[in-house]
Amino acid sequence: MATTLFDKIWDEHVIRAMPDGKTLLHIDRHILHDITSPQAFEGLEAKGRRVRNPELTAATEDHIVATTPGRDETTYAPGAEFIRAMRKSAEEHGIRLFGLGDMQQGIVHVIAPELGIALPGSTHTCGDSHTCTVGAIGALAIGVGTSDVEHVLATQTLKLHKPKRMRIEISGALGPGVTAKDAILHIIAAVGAAGGNGHAVEYAGAAVRALAIEARFTLCNMSIELGARIGMVAPDAATIEYLADRPFTPQGEAWDAALAHWRSLATDDHAIFDKEVAIDGGEIAPTVTWGTSPEDAIPVTGAVPDPATISDPGRRATKERALDYMGLTPGTPLEGLAIDMVFIGACTNSRISDLREAARIAEGGRVAGGVRAMVVPGSSTVKRQAEAEGLDRIFAAAGFEWHESGCSMCCALGDDLVAPGTRCISTSNRNFENRQGPGGRTHLASPAMAAAAALAGKIVDVRKA
Amino acid sequence: MEKFTRLTAIAAPLPNDNVDTDAIIPAVSLKRVGVDITALGEYLFHEWRFDPSGKPIEDFVLNKPQFAAPGILVAGRNFGCGSSREHAAWALLYAEVRCIVAPSFGDIFYNNCFRNGVLPAIVRGDDHAGLMRDVTEADGAAPMTVDLEAQQITAPSGEMYGFEVDPAGREALLSGLDDIAMTLEHEDEIAEFQHRHAAVRPWLYNTRFRVKASD
Ligand code: SF4
Repeated sequence: MATTLFDKIWDEHVIRAMPDGKTLLHIDRHILHDITSPQAFEGLEAKGRRVRNPELTAATEDHIVATTPGRDETTYAPGAEFIRAMRKSAEEHGIRLFGLGDMQQGIVHVIAPELGIALPGSTHTCGDSHTCTVGAIGALAIGVGTSDVEHVLATQTLKLHKPKRMRIEISGALGPGVTAKDAILHIIAAVGAAGGNGHAVEYAGAAVRALAIEARFTLCNMSIELGARIGMVAPDAATIEYLADRPFTPQGEAWDAALAHWRSLATDDHAIFDKEVAIDGGEIAPTVTWGTSPEDAIPVTGAVPDPATISDPGRRATKERALDYMGLTPGTPLEGLAIDMVFIGACTNSRISDLREAARIAEGGRVAGGVRAMVVPGSSTVKRQAEAEGLDRIFAAAGFEWHESGCSMCCALGDDLVAPGTRCISTSNRNFENRQGPGGRTHLASPAMAAAAALAGKIVDVRKA
Repeated sequence: MEKFTRLTAIAAPLPNDNVDTDAIIPAVSLKRVGVDITALGEYLFHEWRFDPSGKPIEDFVLNKPQFAAPGILVAGRNFGCGSSREHAAWALLYAEVRCIVAPSFGDIFYNNCFRNGVLPAIVRGDDHAGLMRDVTEADGAAPMTVDLEAQQITAPSGEMYGFEVDPAGREALLSGLDDIAMTLEHEDEIAEFQHRHAAVRPWLYNTRFRVKASD
């Protein structure tokens, strides 16, 4: 029978059907971060349980950390107890920790594939909703809450309802200046913030195949923003090339055997999906959000919509609230909207290709007066690479801040915050109210669009910049 | 975990769509509370309840005296979308909001609720509109009852509504059992699976990042 990429991996990992209708699924890789694991270890210890497979588990410190140059675990005081808890648990349970100061530290979803911890054909979980990022290499990667982190630690399994299958096909080619970030924002606007609820999404089509692996991470990263816990792209030659010689990918014979498996994973012709969405890649413009849900995304050439045209009262109230929060009025063009801050970072867009893209725009320019612009690499590895290429100097010369790696202003758990009432163009994935700091106003966009806005002091169309 | 069988409490209307986990429990409160999650209840909807100077925002529903301690929220579409942070479910639990009624929920939040004794009940379409109207009109003057066993809501007016709930989640709430213990009853099968799987996919098991590398 014709089978999907998702089903092939799911089926291989089924241990048994549970009486409550869920499936007990084996988890091959479990990666922890500082914020969502302390209670899981507490729960484990309260019951005297052990970590079942520490050798399949890894950990990092990324969320509640300072990103100021030269930082350590004491730089950001409120993070200290989380870091302490993480280190103690990792030590006691024999879990490899890529913590602050480690050469390979970084944002959990950036380092998992970058280090070769995550692999195609594997099941991969993390107590974080953006775990879907990792699906870009053809893993079944799923974000969970802390109760499930504890469950995986104790049992190396998850109990899940099998999601439905959804395919989003992007045909044709993306235009000049249009990136994976624009594509996913465009898709979320098309299907809505709940359009993928209950589904595992596979991204397919010529425009997806043409994306470099790092761009596929960006695409899969925001699957959760359309409600899907899983986003995937079938592994292909580009995936294999990306994974070759990563620090922890299989070596020698194991590599050869793995390749044979990975090459068999692509969705079969005629496989059936529960839901299909077709997007024309050529229609996608550089896309920016105006509101407080990622579904509030429009082409940069567009204007803020008018909620008065929405007939559903709940929906209308939601969008009115968003406009009010964002300090915008209907009909305002996005192009020309003055910004105060620029954040280039987060697991959406903080890999080396993202930084190169931003540096290309920033090179020789100058951040506009009164604008604070910062670049936060997704991992310590990315940071070193960027420095080796001189990107840090390009950014510094143009007036951008250059930081240590971490989640930073994406989630405002550390001390990098968008100031109240100020407007930020951000390469992160959530424009929720207060997400980047209390009262902060977020416009999501690609790295190139963010860099161009930094120089102009306002939102501009990167195709004209 | 605390069981959930039947709840009679004041229901507050919160009709907004896409209420995200950052709204339910803002990042700033995670930092204030640290690893002691029992204090999270105080910070439920913190940024919606208080302005930046700390002054209560009067027209936010949970700041109205009649909704000071609601046990139930009747919410809009896609409630709890966004982050996986279980802090959102914990904040509700510790604020003693034990049930959310909405037409749909964010998937991870939905699952997290069941693990923490909070019932996410699904009521769609006209029923949802009717219940929202009922609760809004009651304005906290009469309580609402949610009966998980019967899967039935008695609105403040006395009107009855059915609701949908994931059968596995319903079982978990009614029994209050330890989920991990139930899985560990299958430990033999897990071990047997790993043995079989490692034989065909050895590279998944012989990891090179382990603390004591075996190769
Ligand atoms: S960068 Fe942002 S979205 Fe990504 S893991 Fe960190 S907080 Fe979550």
